[in-house]
Amino acid sequence: MTKIVVDGREVDVPADYTLLQACEAAGAEIPRFCFHERLSIAGNCRMCLVELKGAPKPVASCAWGVRDCRPGPNGEAPQVSTKSAVVKKARHGIMEFLLINHPLDCPICDQGGECDLQDQAMAFGVSGSRFHENKRAVEDKYIGPIVRTSMNRCIHCTRCVRFTSEVAGTGDMGAIGRGEDMEITTYLESAMGSELQGNVADLCPVGALLQKPAAFKARPWEMAKTQVIDVMDALGSNIRVDSRGREVLRILPRINDDVNEEWISDKTRHIVDGLKAQRLDRPYLRKAGRLAPVTWAEAFAAIAAKVKAADPKRLGFIAGDLVSAEDMFAFKGLADRLGSPNVDCRQDGTALHPRHGRGSYLFNPTVPGIERATSLLIIGSNPRRESPVLNARIRKRWRMGGFPIQLIGERVDLTYDYDYLGAGTDTLQELAGKAEQLGERPMVIVGQGALARPDGAAVLALAAKVAKSFGAVSEGWNGFSVLHTAASRVAGLDLGLVPGEGGLDALAMAEPGALDVLFLLGADEVTVAPGAFVIYQGSHGDRGAHRADVILPGAAYTEKAGLYVNTEGRVQQSDRAVFPPGEAREDWAILRALSEQLGARLPFDNYRALKAALQAAVPHFAKVERVVPAEGDILGTLAALGGEVDRAAFRSPVQDFYLTNPIARCSAVMAECSVLAQGHMQQAAE
Amino acid sequence: MTVRRLADIQPDSFDFTPENRVWVDKQIRKYPEGRQASAVMALLRRAQQQHEGWVPKPAIEKIAEILGMPYIRVLEVATFYTMYNLAPVGKHFIQFCGTTPCVLRGADAIKAVLEARVGPMNAVSADGNFSWLEVECLGACCNAPMVQINDEYYEDLTAENFDKLLDDLAAGRPVQRGSQTGRRTSEPAGGLTSLTTWYGAQGNQHGFGTTPVPDNEDVRTAADRDPALDDALAARVGRDMPERHAEASGREAAADIGSNDTGRQRTGGEAPPAEADTGQGGLGGQRDVANARPEGSVAGTGTRTDDPVGVNQAESAAVHKPHPESAADRQESPPAPPADADRGQTGPGSPAAGPAASADKP
Amino acid sequence: MLDDKDRIFLNLYGIGDWRLEGARKRGTWDGTKGMLEKGKDWIINEMKASGLRGRGGAGFPTGLKWSFMPKPDPNRPAYLVVNADESEPGTCKDREIMRNDPHMLIEGCLIASFSMHANACYIYIRGEYVLEADRLDAAIDEAYEAKLVGPDNIHGYPFDIYVHRGAGAYICGEETALLESLEGKKGMPRLKPPFPANMGLYGFPTTVNNVESIAVAPTILRRGGAWFAGIGRKNNTGTKLFCVSGHVNTPCNVEEAMSVPFRELIDRHCGGIRGGWDNLLGVIPGGSSVPVVPAEQIMDCPMDFDALRDLKSGLGTAAVIVMDKSTDIIRAIARISYFYKHESCGQCTPCREGTGWLWRVVSRMAEGRAQKREIDALLEVTTQLEGHSICALGDAAAWPVQGLIRHFRPEIERRIDTYMANPHPEPIRIAAE
Repeated sequence: MTKIVVDGREVDVPADYTLLQACEAAGAEIPRFCFHERLSIAGNCRMCLVELKGAPKPVASCAWGVRDCRPGPNGEAPQVSTKSAVVKKARHGIMEFLLINHPLDCPICDQGGECDLQDQAMAFGVSGSRFHENKRAVEDKYIGPIVRTSMNRCIHCTRCVRFTSEVAGTGDMGAIGRGEDMEITTYLESAMGSELQGNVADLCPVGALLQKPAAFKARPWEMAKTQVIDVMDALGSNIRVDSRGREVLRILPRINDDVNEEWISDKTRHIVDGLKAQRLDRPYLRKAGRLAPVTWAEAFAAIAAKVKAADPKRLGFIAGDLVSAEDMFAFKGLADRLGSPNVDCRQDGTALHPRHGRGSYLFNPTVPGIERATSLLIIGSNPRRESPVLNARIRKRWRMGGFPIQLIGERVDLTYDYDYLGAGTDTLQELAGKAEQLGERPMVIVGQGALARPDGAAVLALAAKVAKSFGAVSEGWNGFSVLHTAASRVAGLDLGLVPGEGGLDALAMAEPGALDVLFLLGADEVTVAPGAFVIYQGSHGDRGAHRADVILPGAAYTEKAGLYVNTEGRVQQSDRAVFPPGEAREDWAILRALSEQLGARLPFDNYRALKAALQAAVPHFAKVERVVPAEGDILGTLAALGGEVDRAAFRSPVQDFYLTNPIARCSAVMAECSVLAQGHMQQAAE
Repeated sequence: MTVRRLADIQPDSFDFTPENRVWVDKQIRKYPEGRQASAVMALLRRAQQQHEGWVPKPAIEKIAEILGMPYIRVLEVATFYTMYNLAPVGKHFIQFCGTTPCVLRGADAIKAVLEARVGPMNAVSADGNFSWLEVECLGACCNAPMVQINDEYYEDLTAENFDKLLDDLAAGRPVQRGSQTGRRTSEPAGGLTSLTTWYGAQGNQHGFGTTPVPDNEDVRTAADRDPALDDALAARVGRDMPERHAEASGREAAADIGSNDTGRQRTGGEAPPAEADTGQGGLGGQRDVANARPEGSVAGTGTRTDDPVGVNQAESAAVHKPHPESAADRQESPPAPPADADRGQTGPGSPAAGPAASADKP
Repeated sequence: MLDDKDRIFLNLYGIGDWRLEGARKRGTWDGTKGMLEKGKDWIINEMKASGLRGRGGAGFPTGLKWSFMPKPDPNRPAYLVVNADESEPGTCKDREIMRNDPHMLIEGCLIASFSMHANACYIYIRGEYVLEADRLDAAIDEAYEAKLVGPDNIHGYPFDIYVHRGAGAYICGEETALLESLEGKKGMPRLKPPFPANMGLYGFPTTVNNVESIAVAPTILRRGGAWFAGIGRKNNTGTKLFCVSGHVNTPCNVEEAMSVPFRELIDRHCGGIRGGWDNLLGVIPGGSSVPVVPAEQIMDCPMDFDALRDLKSGLGTAAVIVMDKSTDIIRAIARISYFYKHESCGQCTPCREGTGWLWRVVSRMAEGRAQKREIDALLEVTTQLEGHSICALGDAAAWPVQGLIRHFRPEIERRIDTYMANPHPEPIRIAAE
């Protein structure tokens, strides 16, 4: 700890603090534009200048370390002033310089109301300008379907450039030219190639980079802000849903250093239009081969007739990828009450199963734990597509250095370097004999590309064997990491949504003639063979609804409260931002009403009671925001499973990042991104 | 500085010639392993030399691929540094120094000549011979005003001698680089005020027992270098080779081979005959330097007054003869050097070269 | 007047042979091994004793700079980088060293590198200096061939030297921008600290020196620091290359003693002021970055760091730009402002926005198309620019304008009055754009 005097107040701060951090610790506010906690220090906006006693000129506090300050002649603590005349003059000057070429178009700028430049001009600037020349005009740039540009407003803080080169790792953006003609752009105005590109608009302190799909829709102060958990991938990014009335207008990241820091993927951010398209807003019943709108009562009656006529062993229940824990709990409760053993939450057919212990399906080291790992082996996963934000965390660790990465699976651009070991099980088997521990805390990521296949259990056993010889589990460290692709999967496994005694798994349930009645709760990724009577409950008219005989309109994830468990096993609470459209209802409420019709009444009447029942049944669901670590010798158990592996190469289940779920498939923005991304990939393949 | 953009009309592809590729590899080896991005400036310059004096988009991409950099990083460099021309330039690309020290000595008159003769800045003259650009201080302020034409400095200009210089260049006559008023370098005109102990008041004595060099600008001619020495240098491993090898390949081999002669003048059209004047004749008298060597007769090959690197002919021919097509010199009608189909677009001997090149120019 | 025997640059004008043979006859590469054998401490102490201050403009003591390099560490190679990106308007001295006596520089590189345990040296030369870079390359080849440098040389200290060509950016003369450029990026200055001595080229300890500072080192060591320190005034010792341009009768580069009076410099070497001393208007004594000094103040001023600093100007690179009374001083400064606007890298706010602002206002003033109150506003803007940018280019852009207003305010006011009286004359043309 080092003593430093800020505006006459002595504070004790770590020596590796910057002056800016030290000033904030002392309660002084320092304006800034280019500085961002998660990006490298550029020091180019010069807004954060402070006066350091003994320094000939004001210094940029964002870049000047406390340890760089020299003590006074008699060893006095260094003195910093943030309120002196020198600092005031510097701020006025910089503010004036920033504004001379910045257009005065705040009334038509979407950033208005949440603009750093606006706010700081009010706080630290002067009124009026002495600049009588013409303002600079800069051509707007095309940089992709996600981010809209208005380059006159750019203040050249280079946050976006640093983000794409450091965090996203694609190096899409740059500043061409020099001097006052310097322009921020992508390479010859091509679309950015990152899955995280929307974040540059968040980072932009002015209105130069804005969210294109959200342009000209609303002012920030007229939107209601709700804390929601994202369901587009299994990371459970913390998001803020901004809505007005019944309409979701935009989605922004919330800061959670344990999960997504402050990034979210483009899919998370821009499925907003998908929430409004193709919505199931009333019940439907298939009559003479065509789906016709019906009342809830008619729909329930049709279901009741079928269910009551069927043998409970010929009833099936499959939960989808975006479903909340409460809904699955109610869903399983219904299945149990009806006496059906055919329950599954694994529509992709992954080999993970709760009977091997919770640690066998969790991302055990946790997401922040990635930064503690010393090496990484990726088996059958493409984290860049399966969870771009988590991939950025891996890249962050890689950039710190001393982090060898090896990959078995598809050879793709992950935005970091890795040793490519091989494509599939052959390599894995080879490695099982000779894997060597790299560093103290090796990490092994096993993806669904390795597990969601007929020999998944054997691959899992083999991967566990490799992880064991790799030294992935040791005292105080569990580096065995399963990367899920479905937001609901861990909760489903926690709740035991797997086939009971003699029950069929999801893929078997979809086989021809396997069942009489199949209930799909938001399950759109499974293809059900003709024959069974299919009930689809969900929010969007997608694959599941097309196959359905009865459709029950449910709520999307922004329209209901619920608990989600991410790939780490972290329980997170999501809130309701808006109400479901039309006659659609929250899923648990539909299940509760239906259970009464089926004579299997579920024992809760409101959300609170349901949640209490859930938390009573599975206690760790009460530990919201936390990860309850898994116990036991997971690797030993798994490795003992054995089995024969197939020679097929691993292939990530996420081949098109932008179209992985029903909501995304209904989004025009995602469709455009997908087309562009496919083009990118073709180019790369050439 | 104005906004710099890539040219509208771009070639389909770009690749370094085999000789340049060798040179490129040597450049990369100048820097520690993993720091190959350091070579980006050298590569861009070489691409510009190979491609008629400007950097095309495919070259930026090619260089990015060679060095493992994102395209945008190379574009940043190409747009940041003003010596990379992003659009076609005249055969004689004139960089006119318009900074204060030159203005004080009359650069405005030079600019007037340029505007009258060549036209507006950045526009290539109708005959493709000239284009000009006002640049910032070129660091020859004691010889102001001055311009740089392609690689050479022309100093102590007046409207008259500059006009004549352009005439000579346009007509393909040999020109004297450096001072246009007979000064050797940046010594005071009219006689030395220092170092007279060794060189005498007029700078014509043999200081230090070495032979004064007749003219500063032609010191590096064929006779100066021993080909064996160059071969020995070339064999050195892991070191950068002097630029002269590739320099010759990029800009001179065609003229050398095409004219079947070692002398190369900065000519507008045809390669000069072997007996071309060195361009010193007219100035020798004024300079009254006690030249040790007769002018224009170095090794009997005809001195190359504007040879920037003093490359010798034996070396040039030996290194580059097998690949004459490498010379992307802006010669429009050399006496039919062997053309290569691969490089028909820019190769000097290609029938397509002339029209294609001029079509590119606005 | 400096005696010929005390001159360091014996082939400044390229009359003699620039190659190794000629250089050897002038004393270069003489006893180099012996100097290295005396050890780094001796070298650094002699350099300190010589009082040599950096010749690139800032005037930081060279010996002290060399002593800042950290102790040798096998995992952190040290580098010497020679700043040959000579682009300051008015300056053309390094060019003469590189094209006429390149071996002085190469020998200096070896000695300087040895003293800071660097085994590799990069010479960053501005791209426009094609001939100079070619000469340097050829001289380096000679040195390799003669085993004066290289991994296995006669001096017993493995040493490689490379030439790196720039491509047209004044800002690369700033040491950290130069390092960025050498790494293959845009030449944008880095934040300091960390200083290059700790985190320089590729993140390793690096010292960046001007060509002249390095080229004089061998001679200083051969003749002793005391000899060098005996020339000039205290704290302003040794000899210096002056580049005199502008309105003198015979503009030239010349090596003179530090602290030579301005009048003596001009009369002895430059044939006097054009039109006589009465015709002198003002002088920019150290390259375009330093403020102009009016005639009466400069005439008898010793040309050194301290005396010129006392005149609120500076010696800079000793590029003396002389202006007689025919000069349109406002336009001359406007052109310098254009230079800084053109050469600003655009990284930090004050410089990116401020240089263009200054240029536009000063250009209007050159025409008289301004208000008198704008003069004070302009001065205020220069103080907002000065001291707030990452590197010194912001200061360098502000000072010439400050000098103009300080000394030639009546001229600006007269111009404004003239324009007000008759606002439709032929507009005064401003260079470029």
